Amino acid sequence: MDIHEYQAKEILANLGVPIPKGALAYSPEQAAYRTQEIGGDRWVVKAQVHSGGRGKSGGIKVCSSDEEMSEIAESLLGKRLVTPQTDEKGKLINRLYVEEGLDIERELYLGLVMDRQSERVMLIASSSGGMDIEEVSESDPDSVLRLRIDPAVGMQSFQAREIAFSLGLGEQVNEVVKILMACYRVVVEYDASMVEINPLVVTSDKRILALDAKVSFDENALFRRPHISELRDKSQEDRRESYAMDRGLAYIGLDGSVGCIVNGAGLAMASMDMIKLAGGSPANFLDIGGGASPQRVIKAFRAVLNDENVRVILVNIFAGINRCDWIAEGVLLAFETLEIKIPVVVRLSGTNVELGQKMLRESGTDLLTADSLYDAANLAVKTCNELQA
Amino acid sequence: MAILLKKETRVIVQGFTGRIGTFHAQEMIEYGTNVVGGVTPGKGGTTHCGLPVFDTVRGAVEATGAEASVVFVPPPFAADSLMEAADAGIKVCVCITDGIPTQDMMRVKRFMRRYPKAQRMTLIGPNCAGLISPGQGFMGIMPGHIYLPGRVGLIGRSGTLGYEAASQMKSSGVGISTSVGIGGDPINGSSFCDHLALFEEDEDTDAVVIIGEIGGSQEIEAAEFFENHMRKPMLGYIAGLSAPKGKKMGHAGAIVSSYGESASEKIEVLEKAGVTIVPHPSAFGETVLSVLSKL
Repeated sequence: MDIHEYQAKEILANLGVPIPKGALAYSPEQAAYRTQEIGGDRWVVKAQVHSGGRGKSGGIKVCSSDEEMSEIAESLLGKRLVTPQTDEKGKLINRLYVEEGLDIERELYLGLVMDRQSERVMLIASSSGGMDIEEVSESDPDSVLRLRIDPAVGMQSFQAREIAFSLGLGEQVNEVVKILMACYRVVVEYDASMVEINPLVVTSDKRILALDAKVSFDENALFRRPHISELRDKSQEDRRESYAMDRGLAYIGLDGSVGCIVNGAGLAMASMDMIKLAGGSPANFLDIGGGASPQRVIKAFRAVLNDENVRVILVNIFAGINRCDWIAEGVLLAFETLEIKIPVVVRLSGTNVELGQKMLRESGTDLLTADSLYDAANLAVKTCNELQA
Repeated sequence: MAILLKKETRVIVQGFTGRIGTFHAQEMIEYGTNVVGGVTPGKGGTTHCGLPVFDTVRGAVEATGAEASVVFVPPPFAADSLMEAADAGIKVCVCITDGIPTQDMMRVKRFMRRYPKAQRMTLIGPNCAGLISPGQGFMGIMPGHIYLPGRVGLIGRSGTLGYEAASQMKSSGVGISTSVGIGGDPINGSSFCDHLALFEEDEDTDAVVIIGEIGGSQEIEAAEFFENHMRKPMLGYIAGLSAPKGKKMGHAGAIVSSYGESASEKIEVLEKAGVTIVPHPSAFGETVLSVLSKL
């Protein structure tokens, strides 16, 4: 789960990480007022959206008067910011973060991520800040320091000191140790899956500050971090995804026209791949999970139908511990309850498959059926193409 | 023969008396798995499904000689159960639980390293369908009847996609020696490579199929292992060719976050290593048959 920059900074600041003076604004008037409050003669206004690359996309601007601030705020609020990391629709800007302008001498990178290979938290630091760390790793691999932290004892001060000295921050070593320890605490104590300060800056008056911060959390751990769950901002999510997520369905919206309802994540991905192979394009990823009760099947249909681009629906269920006749019942019930107008291709397999297929064929509905995933995907794509022709 | 689970392997169920544990324990017993008891703290001394219940895994191991355990404990408590199993001397532990926090799994893996390699528990999962040696027994949630006993090994990150492969193989008359679900989480108890090594040594396995997906580097490591250490043929399928970058596709571990983690990159590396690629998810049966016919 992602949070906003200002929220990430608040968490870090509470653990002792120095951040620039700043405040939130929901309107141009408030943004202008913030300049008075913060003081100084130069401010930075930053669109709060869940995406990186905001600077390059016009989401971060510098201004030097109230009027200018209010104009910029006006131009940003309510708009959608398209960045290299978002889709073409972009993300809604409904709040801004106003910060003091700083004279920056150096920019550095600090990040903590989960390293799947070593199965540890990995600290990544680089003297090239302000850039995408993946780009830095490619263009200047020697500048990237990596430290894998033993989960049994956690990060030690000497490790943080070594990083600080390697970055050439001998003068600010105590500050840097404090910052690194705080970042590690966010990982351990809040179950963050990623903490990134990019850039960490040294100002001309030798202050060290987190100029931008990004924190993401492990969704599996939210049950024990209720105060983190509250930071979720639905306005930053795909409308279709929020709807499905609130109903306990694993759903990812795509831009194709064949809606998918599948049980199991791997099979759901495989079904999407098969649609693509058949010459079509999937509208979504949807895993309805193991149980696949009639109620869940109905919820899944609702989630898929929420996407107006969907022309055909492909249902692919492998009944393992449950039975195909039960799934068929759910599909027929959904068909009846939701008065589905678009073609639906159903492919069932596994336990009681003959009975399930028979129920669908003899139901008197317009449901299309297929025996294999190959046939089902091809039938769905063919039907979709005929509709669009 | 098979790997990890045989007819005589004594199995206990952790989270035995819960609704899910009960249901699947019954299915496992019905299939013929040698289930010898279960663990639910506080219910020790009682009987459930006709089998003894113990308060601790250590107690269960001492009383029954259990060597394997299957875990149906909810996410908040699952990591603790895994460490308990490791400490009680369980050799093979299958964790079905989906939704264990990543930090908890890091601690579990770190904890397991305190035991010398020869005594270290093999952990399968979490977030998997389990382990089955067709005709002998299973530890997990899979439908036993879709697996035909035979001589092909199967390792996969996904449950239902594994079922799909197994049932296609059955329709083609191809049987399975053992099928291992390593799970869809970012941190797995064991990897493709761990089980490829076991299948390579297993006299009753002729070929191995791996079912991978986007995210992580396990499939790349499997390709290297195949190239350097295996003589038996290997087949591979990778799901997620149409998955967008940076999105979590259902499984917590199915996310492309860096170079080499996409389906197309993995397929390329596997193919280069000489692994036979299953071209689409309806082609498991025919592709395995064609590889076996060349043996």
